[in-house]
Amino acid sequence: MAEKKEYKVIGTRPIRHDGVDKVTGRALYGADFQMTGLLHGRVLRSPHAHARIVSIDTSRAEAYPGVKGVVTAQDLPEAEDRVADLGEGAVNLKYLCDNILASDKVLYTGHAVAAVAATSPHIAEEACKLIDVEYEVLPPVMEVRQAMEADAPLLHENLKTTSMGETAEEPSNVASHIQHKLGDPDKGFAEADIVVERDFVTGTVHQGYIEPHNATAHFNQDGQLTIWCSTQGAFTVREQVAEILQYPISKIKVVPMEIGGGFGGKISVYIKPVAAMLAKKTGKPVKVLMSRSDVFEGTGPTPASYIRVKMGATKEGKITAAEAYLAFEAGAYPGSPVGPGAMCIFAPYSIENLVIDGYDVVVNKPKTAPYRAPGAPNAAFGSETVLDEIAEELGIDPLEIRLLNGAKEGDRRADGPVHPRIGFIETVETAKAHPHYTAPNGKKHHGRGVASGYWFNIGLESSVTINVNADGTINLVEGSTDIGGTRSSIAMQAAEVLGIPAESVNPSVVDTNSVGYTAVTGGSRTTYATGYAAYEAAQDVKRKMITRAAKLWEVDEDNVQFADGEFSCINGKEEQISFRDLCGRLGQTGGPVVGSGTVNPGGAGGAYATHIVDVVVDEETGKVDILRYTAVQDAGKAIHPSYVEGQIQGGAVQGIGWALNEEYIYNDEGTMTNASFLDYRMPTCLDLPMIDAVIVEVPNPGHPYGVRGVGEVPIVPPMAAIANAIYDAIGIRMTELPMSPDRLLKAMGKI
Amino acid sequence: MARKSHVQTTINGETVEFLCESRQSLLEVLRDELYLTGAKEGCNNGNCGACSVILDGRLVNSCLVLGVETEGRSVETIEGLAEPDKLHPIQDAFLENAALQCGICTPGFIMSAKALLDSNPNPTEHEIRYWLAGNLCRCTGYDKIVKAVMDAAQETSA
Amino acid sequence: MQDFSYVSAQTVSEAVSLLDENGEKARILAGGTDLIVQVREARRDVGLMIDVKSIPEVNVLDYDDDAGLTLGAAVECYKIYAVDAICNAYPGLIDATKIIGGTAIQGRAGVGGNLCNASPAADCIPPLIVLGATCVIAGPNGERELPVEHFCTGPGQTALEKGEMLVSLKIPAPASNSSSFYLRFIPRNEMDIAVVGAGASVTLDAAKQTIVSARIALAAVAPTPLFAEEASELLAGREVSDAAIDEAAQAAQAIARPISDMRGTAEQRTHLVGVLTRRALNGAIQRI
Ligand SMILES: Cc1cc2nc3c(=O)[nH]c(=O)nc-3n(C[C@H](O)[C@H](O)[C@H](O)COP(=O)(O)OP(=O)(O)OC[C@H]3O[C@@H](n4cnc5c(N)ncnc54)[C@H](O)[C@@H]3O)c2cc1C
Ligand code: FES
Ligand code: FES
Repeated sequence: MAEKKEYKVIGTRPIRHDGVDKVTGRALYGADFQMTGLLHGRVLRSPHAHARIVSIDTSRAEAYPGVKGVVTAQDLPEAEDRVADLGEGAVNLKYLCDNILASDKVLYTGHAVAAVAATSPHIAEEACKLIDVEYEVLPPVMEVRQAMEADAPLLHENLKTTSMGETAEEPSNVASHIQHKLGDPDKGFAEADIVVERDFVTGTVHQGYIEPHNATAHFNQDGQLTIWCSTQGAFTVREQVAEILQYPISKIKVVPMEIGGGFGGKISVYIKPVAAMLAKKTGKPVKVLMSRSDVFEGTGPTPASYIRVKMGATKEGKITAAEAYLAFEAGAYPGSPVGPGAMCIFAPYSIENLVIDGYDVVVNKPKTAPYRAPGAPNAAFGSETVLDEIAEELGIDPLEIRLLNGAKEGDRRADGPVHPRIGFIETVETAKAHPHYTAPNGKKHHGRGVASGYWFNIGLESSVTINVNADGTINLVEGSTDIGGTRSSIAMQAAEVLGIPAESVNPSVVDTNSVGYTAVTGGSRTTYATGYAAYEAAQDVKRKMITRAAKLWEVDEDNVQFADGEFSCINGKEEQISFRDLCGRLGQTGGPVVGSGTVNPGGAGGAYATHIVDVVVDEETGKVDILRYTAVQDAGKAIHPSYVEGQIQGGAVQGIGWALNEEYIYNDEGTMTNASFLDYRMPTCLDLPMIDAVIVEVPNPGHPYGVRGVGEVPIVPPMAAIANAIYDAIGIRMTELPMSPDRLLKAMGKI
Repeated sequence: MARKSHVQTTINGETVEFLCESRQSLLEVLRDELYLTGAKEGCNNGNCGACSVILDGRLVNSCLVLGVETEGRSVETIEGLAEPDKLHPIQDAFLENAALQCGICTPGFIMSAKALLDSNPNPTEHEIRYWLAGNLCRCTGYDKIVKAVMDAAQETSA
Repeated sequence: MQDFSYVSAQTVSEAVSLLDENGEKARILAGGTDLIVQVREARRDVGLMIDVKSIPEVNVLDYDDDAGLTLGAAVECYKIYAVDAICNAYPGLIDATKIIGGTAIQGRAGVGGNLCNASPAADCIPPLIVLGATCVIAGPNGERELPVEHFCTGPGQTALEKGEMLVSLKIPAPASNSSSFYLRFIPRNEMDIAVVGAGASVTLDAAKQTIVSARIALAAVAPTPLFAEEASELLAGREVSDAAIDEAAQAAQAIARPISDMRGTAEQRTHLVGVLTRRALNGAIQRI
């Protein structure tokens, strides 16, 4: 349905609607919320990675001047082993509650144990130190392979492995095992002329959003709970808080403030229920803010993993079989993204015979949370490195081998679905023709690498309402929090339908009482699905306006046509009226016009990316510098190209950080020793060149304008691309992330 | 209870008086006492630049300045940058270049860029990257931020 | 953050008597980029912060071709590298002042604070050592001077006695045919703490062939920054050559006693001492 078309608004680069507020400091983010009588909350966190809580005595804290209330897990409703459905699949309610405030055991350093509300944040912090917690310290399990061993200490006495529908007898740290299989892998490997197999290890990394989590909660006397916070999804906050506090959703209003980054990390709630509990206990509004170390230690990073990849190919470079073993650290409670990792790992290629095994394993680290294409980057680091090695051994250009095996419409993904129209081949062809790829690359210690990646993107529910103004503008009401310019990319789709400029749309992101259900800003779905809802809402407006024009001209609706912002009469009368002028006449023709659109689309098109990177390696220090970076990606249709480029550049740079330096470093007791921006070492602008983002447009048949999600896939290729470039520079295959200077020195035999 | 001191300072050209505890940083004073929430807290220990302000003409991290230290001094914050009817050229350049995504780092970057262009109106790309290295952005990959500052430099020095 | 009092001292004697009266719980506040962070993270217990930035003596920044440099203990980094004559005379110190934190940190942080914080990884201390700096210390019993290499006694610990403060640093004027260099290894390019740091100063003969004297100092490889005395001495009288520089680098490696922590491993640090010592010496020589 969507083919290449000429658009008026789509594909242009208007100034974003919330831009002025954000460059003047006027935009209000979660922590900026102020209210008279506000108390300040602070969370006491576990100093141990694994311990049983013997007792908690809060009396000294409660007696401290300025303290108004203290809560612990005792204040949470009893959480039976019930399963809560939060829209993204079933979640064990006890796990959910225990992650908010630990009841019987602490499972990671930084695990929340109690919280205090006081008249100032400093007093709340001091009072936390007066809470006496007695722990019985247990041995921590910090690494996935160690956790899978038969005699490993157990985190949960009653967690049993589920494997393909069967549940094991004995408890284990392995929560689940999944498998995807196509064809006959043994036969495929037998047909191969070359087989390469390697092990990979990746570290725990954090989304690293600059704004720490925040929440302000207030209970009215009538039991109405309001929460002001920054979140990727106000409705999911409402659901989670309702489940955790066992409180009706109809009595909870969540007001999404501006949000300072999320990348998947601001979907799960941490301090929002705590703020609500403190507000309940004190009868006052309570604001709880996390510190940066709270964020590192107490919120979900994306998992460390152990991965084994084996691929076989013919002399000509045709992949005959592939096998992957993925073991992901879930953190303290089950739920790592090993599932999506297993779905994405070989998805760029058409492979007849393959088998993928995935394991979700608990360890004494924070419960993991999504991070941009969760699971796929870990997986691609393995598969894209092995493919590079095969290409190299066979003497085939690495982009050529991708073209040879690239997945196309009609090919089957390992986990079952058949690809609709996808743009993988186009990304590879574009990369191959790019001046970066054809530029000379011969200097000593310089290397070039490429890698590709896949992310499926999601649809889910979105709602949009449009109120038409008398001056020809529209107010667009939506529920998707805007983390990177989506007010504009959504508004532009409505503007396109109505033939009005982007500036004639006033988008607002509103609270859960004021718009229909809208799923999270995540899964690269916002411009796709909420944009789709805006398209539908605008179509609704258009239909209603046609009725009004018909009424005005006293003709049948069928005789009114709308094109380029003009209504005209196509039969008999020579009437014409612009959208704007008709807006001025709504009163006469029946009153205000409100359009609405709701969607739950199933056609989120998968996104592919192919990246090229040049590096230089300092052989004496092991340091890798990025010299040039080009990221090619299929966006389906770029609604606002600047913000598509921004997503690509930002994702690529997060991948560069993951590749080179970012990781949680733990001491022997299982405590993170680098829980600050200084020592976690995310890239600064001095560590980077310009990032050339190249947009390819292969329209997604599942969206009226061809949109595919763009936010996540750019983080998938960088790690392997950089590893391949390092190999090109110094002839050594790096198989452990991050590829930090000390690891390079070791691999080069210098230390 | 901690005692408060009276402080008189100049903020964005206006004389301002406030009471604060010694342990309250300039960032806390701006945000919690004066409701100037444009400066953000990203780390509270000097590592992210989200709290950048200009103190007596020099760029500082307001989370590493005590409120009481500002007695008799002059502070410029993001709220003071635009004119009533016109944005500062750096603000315009950030909008034109789509140099922000979530925007939490933006006030800090703009203040930092202003301090740079005040002292070096024609910086090279490398000089811009060096100067802005204390400001973290996790969304943009910095590409468009650096371009925005280059554009703003052209605009202001032209 | 714990509660504390704040005083802006106006004279050295006022600061000294406040320090003397309040003992351990009183700390001098210069730029605060270490102190405020440490108190906030409860790594230091402080009841009184004595702001010294209004005291004239700690704000002196005075360079003279003959007398050398007097650097007040609270002078911020950015003021130091703004003076061309100082940049020309002590490039090794300037290397350090330009890499502490980022530009915003350099707006507050000073060399004096860097020294008094006594971090083994402090970037300014190796250049101060190689430039032969002297600490001017005021205390209840008057003033005394101490060579900078004797100032740090352990991580976060200094030779300052009860009631004493650092007033300024004195660096002799550079000899002719001499220069200095400081570099560190960090995984990022800025905003990072040295995994290893190395500073060197070198004086050559008039023909620029022979090393008259050299000083080498290291950061982040021992509980305090180290003056690599033997490595320095073995260069005196040697021709400028890779062999001589390699020997010095090996001698420097021999005194390194690094630990492994989140910033780097012991093996990596020992290896880097060799690499950086060579680079620092070559860098200083190239600047002559
Ligand atoms: C984000 C960030 C990055 C940093 N990066 C670096 C880096 O790259 N390299 C590096 O070396 N350091 C770095 N630091 C540490 C710090 O900035 C430096 O050590 C700085 O030079 C300290 O100077 P200051 O004036 O801020 O000291 P302050 O914090 O004011 O003082 C430091 C200590 O010295 C004491 N003190 C200060 N002056 C005197 C005096 N006159 N007499 C007696 N005692 C005194 C104080 O009581 C305190 O204990 C960084 C810090 C931050 C926050
Ligand atoms: S909040 Fe001040 S530098 Fe991060
Ligand atoms: S725009 Fe989000 S951190 Fe910079």
